[in-house]
Amino acid sequence: MPKGAASNLLFHDSDWNFETLSRTYDAIETIALDELQLDVYPNQLEIISSEQMLDAYSSVGMPLMYQHWSFGKRFVFEEHLYRKGRRGLAYELVINSNPCITYLMEENTMAMQALVTAHAAFGHNHFFKNNYLFQQWTDASAILSYMEFAKKYIAKCEERYGTSEVEVILDSAHALMDQGVFRYRRPPRLSSEKERERTRERLEYEEQTYSDLWRTLPPSPDGPSSKDAERDASERKKALNLPEENLLYFLEKTSLILEPWQRELLRIVRVIAQYFYPQRQTKVMNEGCATFVHYTIMNRLFDQGRISEGSMLEMLHSHSNVVFQPSFDDPRFPGINPYALGFAMMQDIQRICTDPTAEDRDWFPEIAGSGKWRETLIDAWANHRDESFILQYLSPALIRKFRLFLLTDEAGDNYLEVASIHNERGYETIRSALARTYDVAANQSDIQVVDVDLLGDRHLRLQHNVKNGILLDEASRDATLRHVRHLWGYDVSLAGVDAETDDVLYECSTAPTFE
Amino acid sequence: MPNFIDRRLNPKDKSLGNRRRFLKRAREELKRTIKEQIKAGKIADVDAEHRVPMPERGVGEPSFQPSPTTGERQYVLPGNHEFSPGDRLPKPSARGGASGKGAGTGESEDDFQFVLSRDEVLDLFFEDLELPDMVKLNLKESVAFKPRRAGFATSGSPTNINVGRTMRNSYGRRIALRRPSRADVAAIAEEIAKLEAESNASGAHQKRIEALREELDKLERRRRRIAYVDPVDIRFNRFEPQPLPNASAVMFCLMDVSASMGEREKDLAKRFFVLLHLFLKRRYKRIDIVFIRHTDEAGEVDENTFFYSKQSGGTVVSTAIEEMLRIIEERYPAREWNIYAAQASDGENSAGDSDLCVSLLHRQVMRLCQYYAYVEIIDERETEIFGTTDNGTSLWRAYRTVDSEWSNFQMTRIARPSDIYPVFRKLFARQPTMQLRTERR
Repeated sequence: MPKGAASNLLFHDSDWNFETLSRTYDAIETIALDELQLDVYPNQLEIISSEQMLDAYSSVGMPLMYQHWSFGKRFVFEEHLYRKGRRGLAYELVINSNPCITYLMEENTMAMQALVTAHAAFGHNHFFKNNYLFQQWTDASAILSYMEFAKKYIAKCEERYGTSEVEVILDSAHALMDQGVFRYRRPPRLSSEKERERTRERLEYEEQTYSDLWRTLPPSPDGPSSKDAERDASERKKALNLPEENLLYFLEKTSLILEPWQRELLRIVRVIAQYFYPQRQTKVMNEGCATFVHYTIMNRLFDQGRISEGSMLEMLHSHSNVVFQPSFDDPRFPGINPYALGFAMMQDIQRICTDPTAEDRDWFPEIAGSGKWRETLIDAWANHRDESFILQYLSPALIRKFRLFLLTDEAGDNYLEVASIHNERGYETIRSALARTYDVAANQSDIQVVDVDLLGDRHLRLQHNVKNGILLDEASRDATLRHVRHLWGYDVSLAGVDAETDDVLYECSTAPTFE
Repeated sequence: MPNFIDRRLNPKDKSLGNRRRFLKRAREELKRTIKEQIKAGKIADVDAEHRVPMPERGVGEPSFQPSPTTGERQYVLPGNHEFSPGDRLPKPSARGGASGKGAGTGESEDDFQFVLSRDEVLDLFFEDLELPDMVKLNLKESVAFKPRRAGFATSGSPTNINVGRTMRNSYGRRIALRRPSRADVAAIAEEIAKLEAESNASGAHQKRIEALREELDKLERRRRRIAYVDPVDIRFNRFEPQPLPNASAVMFCLMDVSASMGEREKDLAKRFFVLLHLFLKRRYKRIDIVFIRHTDEAGEVDENTFFYSKQSGGTVVSTAIEEMLRIIEERYPAREWNIYAAQASDGENSAGDSDLCVSLLHRQVMRLCQYYAYVEIIDERETEIFGTTDNGTSLWRAYRTVDSEWSNFQMTRIARPSDIYPVFRKLFARQPTMQLRTERR
């Protein structure tokens, strides 16, 4: 190979070393920051082996995690699938933290390492740092130290109260993880290490100085004079901030039977659930962003003559595997691939900005032909979640490209009906229907604490607001309800109420029935 | 400049602790599943690898999940080729399929299975049979041996003398010690005879004869002193016991299925038969199981019918024994098959029939069988009353007479699962039963 041509290449073959990694990183960084105008947390790239990757997977992708059997179960499952060749390992894992941690697998070729660096260390990183959901709801700088605290704290509890004691609380808390996030109001920021320490000390002090004697004080002479039960109830609810959608938060604060350390466990589980909540709402965007970024950067590098054709082909091969979208009748069809959809939409936005058709001008008057695709994308990445992103940017051209169609499924019927297809009349419907399927809050069962009589029988009442007649799976519902009861300590009942008509559709309770 | 950190040398298996916790939890669940599988499966299946689907209950992580069979939903799917609005598609039969969400997102727990080795299965299965490890090893060891030539020994019984090897030793020794051969002696004797015949009276001649006689005498003394075969020459064939190549065995399971044999009784009986089967399987390469059930008439049935069919009626135990004899004659000649029989019953029998059983056993069965075990399944409450005494059902009392006469007959009572193993041990303690039959012939 002539020397001049060789000098420009970042790497020649598939082996990597730290020098190559670093040189490639710098080249990618230049394009990402200068050309794409990305804004990222400082990067920390960690080289790990495939076993370590499996480990990382099974502890929900966190570098630090407390011990629990369910992570072991996940490991066994993942390993099983991996060993049977049913599922490859991800090439990368990235953690929303500051600095942003990206795992590179030892087994990757250099071309893959470059791809992963562009994908995770710049694509995901930018998204984590700039998307409003992550900005508002997670605290990238605090999560690692919080996880460290959580791990230590739980280990300490196991030492003190026994593994199984801790396990039963965590089991129950895990069951309610989906109901353990604030969806509409901002959660309190993770307090700093020092403050947490202070709170814990105070709790311990209270524990030590608590005197049971206070309970024997005679009740106030007025007594429960008010007979207006209605008013009582509404005051009670007001005092408890009911209805409350965050079951874990409610139990943590209100349960009468939990020890302080058990409340702290609930809090830990809740914080982790909350931390991952934005990720679930932005899967399409997050993956789309990362895929778009790596695709753009890799092509740019190739244009600059910094990667060889062979490496480029290898990257394109992985890339097209990632964005492959089988049709619904393909046996490989696993649902809509967030990588495929997100990437296609972002490329589509680029196209609309630079090379619009008449249809695009009708549908996207603000951006069509503006040429400002970078700005448009950066703005979209920052200010949308999947639902709103799809609602705003899914174009008819893309609906046709994916040949999307809408099926309606009514429980009573033994057929599915095609409601809309990719034609003039169907675009709007399909777009909003697809957007709705990505609305995590709307798709999750809406279960709230509605009432509890703290001075009476302490029966906890939950209400499930049933939308579109979708009930809960009974076996798992009852099992989960038992977990709620376990944390609450008294009987719990759940009523399914139709969101539109207010009819009570079902009622179930952990209280023994006398029939 | 990014921050590169090489974590490859960090300890891996970070999740080992988690996996241990998980397996510990799964174990309870496995035990339950195995028990159920064995209860429902075939006796011969116990002693095999088992695939146990990932148990759901104990390691399930429930959460509030929408039920897939209710309500109205909308799916957006890619890849439409032929549909127009208003077209109707038949629903895929199970959940998932066309549902864009349900199909891909759930963890595929269904095809995840634990594969348990034979020993693991047995461990789980026997756990509440209180099977001590030590005894289990005993069960596994093969007990029948056949002697096999294994070199030579300097001691042994005269019948085992190896003549060839002994003579070779003796020859070597004779050469080494220069034992005069018979030819040497004969040559001198002949020379003496020749000289004497010459009747030469010269002094030299006499002297020569004298010398030869002396020589002959010396040779003969030497021959006497150095034995032709000396005890040190003797070699015996050495034999080593070698595990017997597995023969075939047949196991007869006789069970009373009259009304009094309920679910509990049958389960106990099954566990007993399973144990017996495992035990025999360690010894024989090929083992047949014959199931005979009886009410007032007996018949050979398959395993499933044996344990699960509901049939009832009176009880005539002798019919089962007769059926067994018939099958032996037909298919299992006693010369080629090791025959084992186990009879499980609650001991009820119709009047007079017990004597018939006893005489059948005395006259025929006990000669054919390697071993005959009678297990009486009794009520737990009866253990205190009957546990130690000879009193009991008519069958029990009748069988006592067989027990006293035949050493390959054993009888015992069980009332709960934990009784089975000790009882089994007692029944099969007297080893080796293999020789019993041959001795009597």
